[in-house]
Amino acid sequence: MTAPLLQLNSVNKSFGPIDVLHDISIEVKAGEVLCLLGDNGAGKSTLIRLLSGVHKPTSGEMLMNGKPVSFENPREASDHGIATVHQFGGTFPLMSIGRSFFVGAEPTKRWGPFEVFDRKKANEIAVREMRQLGITRITDGDRLVGGLSGGERQALAIARAVHFGASVLILDEPTAALGVKEAAHVLRIVLQARKKGIAVIFITHQVTHALTVGDHFAVLIRGMKAADFRKGEKTREEVTDLMAGGEAMAGLEAEIESHLH
Amino acid sequence: MTANSIQSPAAEHPAPKGAGPPMASIGNLIRRPETGSFIGLVCVFVFFAIFGGESFLSVSGLASWLNIAAELGIIALPIGLLMIAGHLDLSIGSVIPASSMMVAIVSGHFGLPMPVGIACSLMLGVAVGFLNGYLIIKTDLPSFVVTLGTLFAVAGLTLGISVLVAGSTSVALKSDPISKMIFGDFINGKFEVILLWWIAAMLFVGYILGHSKYGNWILALGGDKVSARNAGIPTDKLNVALYMASGLCAAFVGMCQAILYNSAQVSAGQSFIFNSIIAVVIGGVILTGGYGSVIGIVLGTMTFAIVNQGIYYTGFDANWASLIIGVLLLAAVLLNNSFRAMAISHAAPRVKPKAAP
Repeated sequence: MTAPLLQLNSVNKSFGPIDVLHDISIEVKAGEVLCLLGDNGAGKSTLIRLLSGVHKPTSGEMLMNGKPVSFENPREASDHGIATVHQFGGTFPLMSIGRSFFVGAEPTKRWGPFEVFDRKKANEIAVREMRQLGITRITDGDRLVGGLSGGERQALAIARAVHFGASVLILDEPTAALGVKEAAHVLRIVLQARKKGIAVIFITHQVTHALTVGDHFAVLIRGMKAADFRKGEKTREEVTDLMAGGEAMAGLEAEIESHLH
Repeated sequence: MTANSIQSPAAEHPAPKGAGPPMASIGNLIRRPETGSFIGLVCVFVFFAIFGGESFLSVSGLASWLNIAAELGIIALPIGLLMIAGHLDLSIGSVIPASSMMVAIVSGHFGLPMPVGIACSLMLGVAVGFLNGYLIIKTDLPSFVVTLGTLFAVAGLTLGISVLVAGSTSVALKSDPISKMIFGDFINGKFEVILLWWIAAMLFVGYILGHSKYGNWILALGGDKVSARNAGIPTDKLNVALYMASGLCAAFVGMCQAILYNSAQVSAGQSFIFNSIIAVVIGGVILTGGYGSVIGIVLGTMTFAIVNQGIYYTGFDANWASLIIGVLLLAAVLLNNSFRAMAISHAAPRVKPKAAP
């Protein structure tokens, strides 16, 4: 059994006196989708920021391929192959597809004494990589990102991460703002990334989406890991109940019941 | 940033009838960011050609607005880059007179060689730019506030030091013939030599924004600062560099003015603050950043200069020029908005029913 690609061992994070994450241990292997489930405020965002190098853990250790790592900034995390795609794709609506695909890693060619941005190459690669993820509608890399649908923007961001050799792909609520068809497409893309041997961390509060693509699940409640299970071990209702904090949900149901009668 | 830079895939899009290359290129032309500014420029030019008559169309008429455009244009280019990156720079309004005074005091009052005065003058601009950029990245305050602060601080310093050192708010400058020829002379008796500098600046900034990786960084910085930083762009350095460029260009114009007019005043240049913003906005750059082009900025600058000078050829009271500029600004912003919307909708998906999750 190989070591997990990315592993957190009893990680804590507090901001001043406030404990945001408490004793979190998770791991994800190559070619596996780990779903992080949790309600709003459960600490999902903070966990993403730890993984992507925005914050550093207060205590606990982070391992990649069994070796301890520590990120000073997002750049270091991405140098280690960790790519984060945010809800709205983290792309630039008024930039062309080719340009935004290569932000920070522009292909250049020499033109006399000048180093020029190779727009043709950038556009070709961006369009090709999106095509590989099943986005065939886009043929012109000069078009503006703002004209893409939400799912296509996710695809662009994921294609970008895959192209630049991400080994761990963190998807932050990729389906939250999408319609049903679009969300289904993004889920298919997640499975394609998984097939390429990428370790995917899929953050969501939509249980159905998680159960569709996940191999392994962790539920966060108020900064703590409340459950950790593998595919098929729990039903949708059980997971939803867990996320909402079982008893609290039952209490609410009783209250609604009493209002109705 | 060339108009003929269409890749073959563009033709696959259902272009207007007879989708050959010429039609496709017209379609793409309409979707370019500077189309609105170009239409504005043509309208304004035709208007003043009609009302200004032959004297507006004469060589001296051309020279009068081109000279204004060149001075404004050299400042509007780096201001445009800053605005694309999501910032403003108001401090140019006092960097211009400060650098004029600097070269006049160093080379006029103290009589040091011109190159020394010019170098001091340009260094002053770069230093103010560095200060602006540094304060903005360290404090994270809005650039409007920071540069408003430096605008007044530098204006006060200029006035105070000028009176203290030269004993006057106006200093004469007699430049050597070579400096005069390079920075402050007329070509053909009508065109200021600064026009050539403007063209050089256009080419350079056009290369930076349109054809170098730095242009991509600037667009990304203005589009989404956090994503840009996460993508590994040195956003702090980029900000500081952009402010230094804007300070340098403002100082350059101030220095050229002092050499051209053989004197410097402490109070010249406040008009450049808003004029440069107007030129850039007419040119299709959006105030929130992330979008714009050098061709647009140049067209916006020319439009502004034509209105500013053309009014003197019409026989109308010159006071009406401000009205025209105000209306033009609003019209240009609306026009640019709709052209931008067209550029975006060009890539929009075919109408898809959207269901709630």
